[in-house]
Amino acid sequence: MEIGLNHYLVLGAILFGLGLYAMISRRNAVLVLMGIELILNAANINFIAFSKYGNLGVDGQVIAIFVMILAVAEAAIALGIILNLYNNFATVDIDEANSMKE
Amino acid sequence: MPYTTIVFYVFALIIVVSAFMVVFTKNVIHSAFALFFTLFSVSGLYVLLNADFLAITQIMIYVGGILILLIFGVMLTTKITDINLRTKNLNAVSSILFSSGIIGIMIFIILTTKWNVKQNPEIHQETVSKIGTALLSDYLLPFEIASIVLLVALIGSAMYSRRIKD
Repeated sequence: MEIGLNHYLVLGAILFGLGLYAMISRRNAVLVLMGIELILNAANINFIAFSKYGNLGVDGQVIAIFVMILAVAEAAIALGIILNLYNNFATVDIDEANSMKE
Repeated sequence: MPYTTIVFYVFALIIVVSAFMVVFTKNVIHSAFALFFTLFSVSGLYVLLNADFLAITQIMIYVGGILILLIFGVMLTTKITDINLRTKNLNAVSSILFSSGIIGIMIFIILTTKWNVKQNPEIHQETVSKIGTALLSDYLLPFEIASIVLLVALIGSAMYSRRIKD
């Protein structure tokens, strides 16, 4: 059976759902960040699948590059925030950190 | 069965299994290493999708950059000798129901939509020159704005993560 567009889209949907589960259920802030990375990868798979099978052309790949740039910036900022959280609260558990300052 | 089908299913299996490990394993370090396999296999899928430049970019940025950053984050925020690295899941049952419901709805929509698909996708051509031309012609403004975003992120993360002496 030939691999078509639907295979890639279903794979992206599964990856998106797993990332969503990590985001809403994990307590460790680093793991929430990993869930966000999974979701961004799912979006990138969809963009590039449409760039091959749809009429998106090379535009899909350029959009995927911008998604990667924003993912890098977001990871750097989020890790800065998590380190700050750890310095202030001595934990990275999101439920424990429920005030703006200690 | 063509070789591309076998390769696709191998990469898809690695992606799904290691993503499950990222989400469900108890140890934070284990999920970081499972994320390594996920990102590597996604870059293999990019090669299958004729996106060679993006496959290399995926390995360099995600595996070489973001994943190392995440492992640094895990190691800096956990006292490895004192506390164990285990973490609990919050509201596990309802979250599993919610996200599997989302997956089901999305797969239903994907399979029932009639996509506007090209009949014969072209065989592989190099994409580097096309992406370069697109970045410097049609996407010039977003490209420059992305550089400003990266500069602001650099300054912001340096400001956030410094220690304030008092």
